[in-house]
Amino acid sequence: MKYVDEYRDRAKAAILTREIERLAAEIARPDGRPIQIMEVCGGHTHSIFRYGIEGMLPKSIELVHGPGCPVCVLPMGRVDDCVAIAERPEVIFATFGDAMRVPGSRKSLLQAKADGADVRMVYSPMDALALARNNPQREVVFFGIGFETTMPSTALTVLQAERDGIKNFSVFCNHITIVPTIKAILDSPDLQIDGFLGPGHVSMVIGTAPYEFIARFYKKPMVIAGFEPLDVLQSIWMTLRQIKEHRCEIENQYARIVPEAGNAPALRAVAQVYELREFFEWRGLGSIDHSGVKIRAAYARFDAEQKFAVPNVRIADPKSCQCGEVLKGVIKPWQCKVFGTACTPETPLGALMVSSEGACAAYYQYGGVKRGQSQSPVEAGAA
Amino acid sequence: MNVVPFINKRPRGRVHVPTVTLAHGGGGKAMKDLIDDVFVEAFDNPLLAPLDDQARLDLAALTQRGDRLAFTTDSFVVDPLIFPGGDIGKLAVCGTVNDLAVGGAVPLYLSCAVIVEEGVPIDLLRRFARSMAETAREAGVDIVTGDTKIVNKGACDKIFITTTGLGTIRAGLQLSIHSVQPNDVILVNGLLGDHGAAILGARGDLALQSPIVSDCAPLHDLIAILLAAAPGTRFVRDPTRGGVATVLNEIAEAAQVAIEIDEACTPIRDEVRGFCEILGLDPLYLANEGKIVAVVPAEQAEGARDALRAHPLGGAASIIGRVTRGEPGRVTLRTAFGGSRIVDMLVGEQLPRIC
Repeated sequence: MKYVDEYRDRAKAAILTREIERLAAEIARPDGRPIQIMEVCGGHTHSIFRYGIEGMLPKSIELVHGPGCPVCVLPMGRVDDCVAIAERPEVIFATFGDAMRVPGSRKSLLQAKADGADVRMVYSPMDALALARNNPQREVVFFGIGFETTMPSTALTVLQAERDGIKNFSVFCNHITIVPTIKAILDSPDLQIDGFLGPGHVSMVIGTAPYEFIARFYKKPMVIAGFEPLDVLQSIWMTLRQIKEHRCEIENQYARIVPEAGNAPALRAVAQVYELREFFEWRGLGSIDHSGVKIRAAYARFDAEQKFAVPNVRIADPKSCQCGEVLKGVIKPWQCKVFGTACTPETPLGALMVSSEGACAAYYQYGGVKRGQSQSPVEAGAA
Repeated sequence: MNVVPFINKRPRGRVHVPTVTLAHGGGGKAMKDLIDDVFVEAFDNPLLAPLDDQARLDLAALTQRGDRLAFTTDSFVVDPLIFPGGDIGKLAVCGTVNDLAVGGAVPLYLSCAVIVEEGVPIDLLRRFARSMAETAREAGVDIVTGDTKIVNKGACDKIFITTTGLGTIRAGLQLSIHSVQPNDVILVNGLLGDHGAAILGARGDLALQSPIVSDCAPLHDLIAILLAAAPGTRFVRDPTRGGVATVLNEIAEAAQVAIEIDEACTPIRDEVRGFCEILGLDPLYLANEGKIVAVVPAEQAEGARDALRAHPLGGAASIIGRVTRGEPGRVTLRTAFGGSRIVDMLVGEQLPRIC
């Protein structure tokens, strides 16, 4: 398949893994502690598991699966608010697919749907706007979720709704922003991360400048990475090269998509529609200052939080849950006390077990393949 | 000549209204007319003709065909009712025929129970009945008994169909999931995921124009050819809901073996791959309605594959992996990229990812 297979080339992967092995050997620590690279974005986590990339790396390189899965980090209280809105008889609640299964304290949207709420799966906020147009007697609420990647499309939909004079459309805004979260991780006292893979599609919107502080003040290298497996391998190689050369820079591996300055029209729409919240609650990480956005007062009529009374109750993460430590790379998913026992993809306790982009769910579903064990399944005899 | 039962001489009833109403479920003339016009007209066969409460099957004839009966049932609630490559009628026959055939049975008889929501156009019902009849002819089965219920608006989604099937298994043929053993080879008869992608595309809420057509087809003939070419075949299953990934997990779990498949050898058409890339789905979990997963002894694998390839429904037949002595219950995929990952059962439905 054109523009896909080029980025999944096995021969090129073999060259890169050899180079990574060579670099890893050169920068190996005398005490044997592995080099930890965090991929911030859940899309990378998904690629890493889907293509079996971890198993292709030397043991001295450890990937830490960061907080960049917007579904995973949504706190229970917010899910309860979603359910409360969705259960109103006049509401059609439109949501992206993988937000359906996130557990609230009472139920998920999937369960609310089974109990009679009108919950519809959409692929774009514009689909939700079309629902509003086609159902003028109903209130359509779009579940706005995601980082800067999806933030502009929600903003543009609000602007479109305003232009078209649509009155029965609103957004339950749970958009979050990545930079304060990376900063919170960097500020954590038990941090061990040696370098970062930066989020490709967030950066397509915000550009590369917002990450400069990571290199300058925290002295950590970052490579903004694409999502195809060769992108990920090349970005790991670039990060290791920075470590070896004692450089701390924000490099852009994903230059075919990410312009240095970001996307100006998208940023304008974001600035026009949203303002920063003082703080936003993250599942697993707690409250982080300025890490979420809300809809500006000028667009309050499109803000579901203004339109409907939501319970807005804070629900604490379960005590046994160690998502925060996993997110910061302090422990591996399977080292969590409840991994695979009390916390499974069927009954997730913690954020990271919720979506396939969450580190724990990914390990539970795809993982467990021991390194070095992954040898060819189809031998000559069979084919 | 006067002994011909009256019922056979009764002229077939006709429905003269455009849509199904609750009257068609009332047990009176309207219901008889509907059954006559729509179902008897299409299914027309001597076992159905008496329109008794049951079809009566000749045991002696059945015992000549084998030493066991295969008996299965399946319900069909597909949305949309009509999709590229088929409709609910074709699906309802293929699904049950295939459930018989994968057990090594020759499918012979089907029942057909239909639940219809009031307001459904009669012509639509006629279309599905004709589609069932046509597929049944193709599969060499007769639809010999049935039932029709009409329900209030909203009590079902337009039309639900349940078919039950009866077939015979010849003496000596023993397909069993428990006979799967290390070194066996995993075969499929063609491109995977077409039905699932066609249905998702046809729902129309993705705003994706896709040329993908469902692979929905009766597989009894193909399976007969497989069993002739590979008499040692251990086990066959049709990877419908949950796709190939789910079937492989079921085999690994039941037979307490490990299975390794090779992505590079797994046939998936570019359109389905592209569809899955855009929506964030995994084609290994997409439904198929004209595919089998077969486990055959290694020494018969190539012969089986070549025999399948010679059949119109097996052109892209491929060996996709093998059974190993690895950790029991585990299915792994060797990625075309050079890595390896576990292919687990789905927790629920496949839900598209946000970004």
